[in-house]
Amino acid sequence: MTYLADVAALTRKDLRVELRGRDTLPAMLLFVLSALVVFHFALPEGSGDTAAYGLLWVAIVFTALLGLARAWVPEQEHGVLDGLVLAPCDRSAIWLAKALATLAFLVAAQAVALPAFVLFFEPLDATALAGVLLADIGICAVGSLMSAMAAASRAREVLLPLLVLPLAIPLVIGGVGASVSDEGGRFLLFLALYDGVFAVLSWASFEYVVTE
Amino acid sequence: MIRARDLERRYGRRRVFTGVDVVVPRGGFGVVTGPNGSGKTTLLRLFAGLAQPTRGALMVDTDRSRIGYVAHEPLVYRELTAVENLDLFGRLYHVPERRERIGMLLERFSLWEARNERVSTYSRGMTQRLALCRALLHDPDLLVLDEPYSALDENGASLLDRELESLAGDRTFVIATHDPGRLDRLATTTVVLA
Amino acid sequence: MGAALLLALVIAPEDADQGISQRIFYIHVPIALTAYFCFGLGALKALLLLWRGEERYDLESYVAIHQGTIFGALTLITGAIWARASWGVWWTWSSNQLVLFLVLFLFYCAYFMLRYSLEEGPRRARSSAVYALFGLALIPVSFLAIRLADDFIHPTVFTREGPQMSGTMFATFCVSWGAVTLLAYVLYRVELAGKRLDADLRELREALR
Repeated sequence: MTYLADVAALTRKDLRVELRGRDTLPAMLLFVLSALVVFHFALPEGSGDTAAYGLLWVAIVFTALLGLARAWVPEQEHGVLDGLVLAPCDRSAIWLAKALATLAFLVAAQAVALPAFVLFFEPLDATALAGVLLADIGICAVGSLMSAMAAASRAREVLLPLLVLPLAIPLVIGGVGASVSDEGGRFLLFLALYDGVFAVLSWASFEYVVTE
Repeated sequence: MIRARDLERRYGRRRVFTGVDVVVPRGGFGVVTGPNGSGKTTLLRLFAGLAQPTRGALMVDTDRSRIGYVAHEPLVYRELTAVENLDLFGRLYHVPERRERIGMLLERFSLWEARNERVSTYSRGMTQRLALCRALLHDPDLLVLDEPYSALDENGASLLDRELESLAGDRTFVIATHDPGRLDRLATTTVVLA
Repeated sequence: MGAALLLALVIAPEDADQGISQRIFYIHVPIALTAYFCFGLGALKALLLLWRGEERYDLESYVAIHQGTIFGALTLITGAIWARASWGVWWTWSSNQLVLFLVLFLFYCAYFMLRYSLEEGPRRARSSAVYALFGLALIPVSFLAIRLADDFIHPTVFTREGPQMSGTMFATFCVSWGAVTLLAYVLYRVELAGKRLDADLRELREALR
């Protein structure tokens, strides 16, 4: 199917650009590790185990925001986005490729951050990890769209967190629930629902954000 | 190929141009002139399909896959090489015999030696030449060029002249420029924006 | 509106354990429902904008969401008053309705930030419309999330057996609801007309230039 081939070509491009530029992924990694250390000092004595999980999710959301803020920068330089929009491919393929690439970076950063979290704070079980993955999908899907919206504005660095944070609240609830609650399965189901609804919405509406 | 009647483009209250009538027949050569800020770029974006008119009727008799567009910006990735850039667009436009075509275009525009260097190392003229390669890659029926001579030096300009001559005939061109003298002999339709 | 207020504050019988705070209920819940309705209307207009492409839908969507946000803020304020009167605190995280409105309020405030930072034109209209649609989807999703996160102790208004109110109370509630909806509608029309007049004046000025 040409759609998948287009997405593959675009995703490969995104990964290649990041590998060459090498500025987003190291920043995300360093940020999340620094954040975890800050949290150690931010947690007062005797806060309880569950507080750490909450802070993990704060770290995840803000690391994702860091990655998302830079997501469309390569397309802003030299106005390439117009070139992609002009191409005969489906505009939603551009969004999908960007979301997949951002997801790859986020997961890569977490591959280091999660073991660090387990080392510094609390263990993470399979449910918690599944929660992290599902929430990653959600935030990359929605965030890629919002980032494209914000990219057109003059206040993009400030605007992106404002647009994404309210939408991230259900993800944090789902993620913390998956990490902490006994009925983690319910929260995983909820995260899957969130992903389904918002991924489809983002996929369908990207076209309208990049055309006029 | 292009038929426009009473075109207007507004951004909120800012009116870029209004009451524009243009007809460019298939195989024709349209030239758009006017001072800076008169809306040449916006009009060309409308022709290329990147924007819709806010009023009036515009008919462009071809689809996205057969339009080539050169903007003020080169529309190529800085961190990729010329080959990688053209390969990406070649895939997106489903260009047959992609590799051969890329090689041929890079040769024609004197970019063959620099083909594996990142665009970030290119001079402005080289980047503009790569942009032209990108626009011609998929053998478009309609070429929309926004001040293509502006970033080119003498050599680049003569390269472009030569290309325009060889491509003219069955292809339709719309070129924006504030140096209309250069294209006088080729032009079949002229639009002047105030 | 005045009649509803009168009814609410004077005629409605006091609820046994909630006392005078119950009276605020007659304003708080209709305001909340109206806010939801406004957000829904905004999303509908947004959908029409994306589908039909007519410019007027942008302004209509914006005004509807503006109204919704104002009523949302009022929901939070009346909710806080009710919380103070019922439980002695200005805010509680265990009230799902309040928390939901807080999230939505933040979301829709960001809507205005988005509009403010984009230049006027089709791009701003489309991005706003897409965002408005996301808002609509966020309402049930957030509600579900908050419900999962907390025990549900906000007193249910309509249970499956029927409203938990006596006949008079129900009548008062409906009058109040009608009055608030009417108020919202009037404000919507006024603001829309005002903004349209603004736009027309500006166009006239541009044309005369």
